[in-house]
Amino acid sequence: MGIRLDSVTVAYDGNVDTLALDSLDLTVEPGEVMALLGPSGSGKTTALRAVAGFVRPVSGRVLLGGRDVTDLPPYRRGIGMVVQSYALFPHLRVDENVAFGLRARKTARSEIRQRVAEALEMTGMAAYARRHPRELSGGQQQRVAIARALAIRPDVLLLDEPLSALDARLRSGMLAELARLHRELPDVSMLYVTHDQVEALTLADRIAVMDKARLQSCGTPRELYRSPADAFTASFVGGANLVPVTVGTGGVSFAGAELKVGTNGVAAGARATLCVRPHLVGLGQGPNQLAGVVREIQWRGATHRLYVEVDGHTVMADVRELKAPPVHGDPVTLHFMPDDAVLLPAEVSHG
Amino acid sequence: MAEAAERTRAVRGRSRPPGGSRTSNTAPRPFGALAWALPPIALLALFFLYPLALVVQQSFRPDSGGTSLRPYADVLASGAFRHALWTTVWLALASTAGCLLLGFLLALVIAFVPFPGAKGVARFIDVYLSFPSFLITLALLFLYGSTGIVGSFQFLTTPWGVLLAEVTYFTPFVMRPLLAAFSQLDTAQLEAACSLGARAPRIVRQVILPEALPALAAGGSLVLVLCLNEFGIVLFTGAKGVTTLPMLVYGKAILESDYPGACVVAVVNVLISVGLYALYRVVSRRAGA
Ligand SMILES: Nc1ncnc2c1ncn2[C@@H]1O[C@H](COP(=O)(O)OP(=O)(O)O)[C@@H](O)[C@H]1O
Ligand SMILES: [Mg+2]
Repeated sequence: MGIRLDSVTVAYDGNVDTLALDSLDLTVEPGEVMALLGPSGSGKTTALRAVAGFVRPVSGRVLLGGRDVTDLPPYRRGIGMVVQSYALFPHLRVDENVAFGLRARKTARSEIRQRVAEALEMTGMAAYARRHPRELSGGQQQRVAIARALAIRPDVLLLDEPLSALDARLRSGMLAELARLHRELPDVSMLYVTHDQVEALTLADRIAVMDKARLQSCGTPRELYRSPADAFTASFVGGANLVPVTVGTGGVSFAGAELKVGTNGVAAGARATLCVRPHLVGLGQGPNQLAGVVREIQWRGATHRLYVEVDGHTVMADVRELKAPPVHGDPVTLHFMPDDAVLLPAEVSHG
Repeated sequence: MAEAAERTRAVRGRSRPPGGSRTSNTAPRPFGALAWALPPIALLALFFLYPLALVVQQSFRPDSGGTSLRPYADVLASGAFRHALWTTVWLALASTAGCLLLGFLLALVIAFVPFPGAKGVARFIDVYLSFPSFLITLALLFLYGSTGIVGSFQFLTTPWGVLLAEVTYFTPFVMRPLLAAFSQLDTAQLEAACSLGARAPRIVRQVILPEALPALAAGGSLVLVLCLNEFGIVLFTGAKGVTTLPMLVYGKAILESDYPGACVVAVVNVLISVGLYALYRVVSRRAGA
């Protein structure tokens, strides 16, 4: 079942000056995983709660499977929801937690037993059925929360930063689990809220990038990563060097250097922002050279990250681990391939 | 004394920055602890235990002289005592049940139904707790008494009148801990239950109530003990037919000058209070509180 947000606007406490969600348009196709990615406070949770029915939009419509549910209370929307804090019922055992939704829906007793077993099996928690939530680790509790949401066989699953409370190793394991669950349940649409671009890039079919209560851009991970449409998306998805340039013919000029990049018909003389991913910047001679001074160098195991000051701007370069890395203050030359740069509309950019 | 002052600071543990280096200073020293415990214990004994002991002692001194169990035999054999005992217990139990039910419902509304002024109502509850109990009874008299506004209902002078007054007065004592518990409740749990398809009654029964049990136990046990010993409300309803144990103590001591008898009833009252309170705590702990 697809989800559609039709210019949904949300203001908390009738406060229309600071909208929590500013006419959001978003469509999640049936069976699609859509990640809602953005910094804290950008309105992701609000969007999710509008879909679940816990906040009422001041304007706009929410549609599930083509049906307008804007006025439907949450308990009649049939949506599965998983939140960061798990929100398990502490006095109920794991199996009772998972059965909660089925009981509320007056499912037959024999079927409840079977579906609880099925949901626990699917999340690998069958062995813990008779424990209480407090007797489980964080990762296990989140599995139970997912099982509880899946037991009612929802067509739509909403996940609000489900992995944020877990440590890094557990997180990547759970990410793989979620991907597997999605393969096993190909008809379930998922709206996955996260502030972590790795989670979004790993899991999502498409990513919607949000900032300041607005949708910034929406597209497949590859589109957003390879050819971001705006500076915010470029820096938030994957990290990027963003430098102000002046467009010339067949290239741009930056820091007194002429750089060959596709200008895509932008008029010569215009101001623009050049976006290059740090791992596509090389050290030494090559096309599109930039001369600068090393300001900082970080060893990250497989790579070195250099922060190089070029004409007052910091350019980051991730290069394969160097045998003899430059030291602070060394003059270096950087380069990048013309295809690896994207020209964005000029904007006050923040790294 | 300087050393003692040092110790109190160490016990409070705030005025010193945290750190392991000086923990040996904060380790309890039995002698110092005893020195600090003595004054409060002495005060407690002087103002509480000593009079209590006097009451107990008096209860074994019949007017005929000597020390014997006669006052107990007399009192326990009297129909008036047994009647008062029964009235006290069922009134207290019924009032507690009424307070728990009404308090739970009202606290639910205040905590979870968004209406303007909910905060003000919650604050008023705090003020209400400071009202003297006879004030409520007086107000009820104005409403329902023989010359009352609503009309002359005779029930105020019956046990039902006392029950009404006690429930009215003591309900906020239950609401207070309940509101505190509700404010601690994880709203994500309520929302999870709701999106799983549960409506309000099921959410109250299966999510809110289990979390509120400790608060209900705390409020309920407090109200139970207060009701067992309530004197002002029973006196003010002018309930001639309603004699509870505290009323019986009053009657025997002040009106009949039967001090040993009064002391016996008082001892029994204290024992019942402590006993029921203990029972309530055990039961409520079993209930998962
Ligand atoms: N219950 C609420 N009452 C008032 N303001 C809220 C409430 N929830 C969120 N907000 C505000 O709405 C904005 C968006 O919040 P939220 O959707 O939670 O962001 P995110 O999930 O992206 O971190 C924030 O500015 C936040 O302060
Ligand atoms: Mg959030």
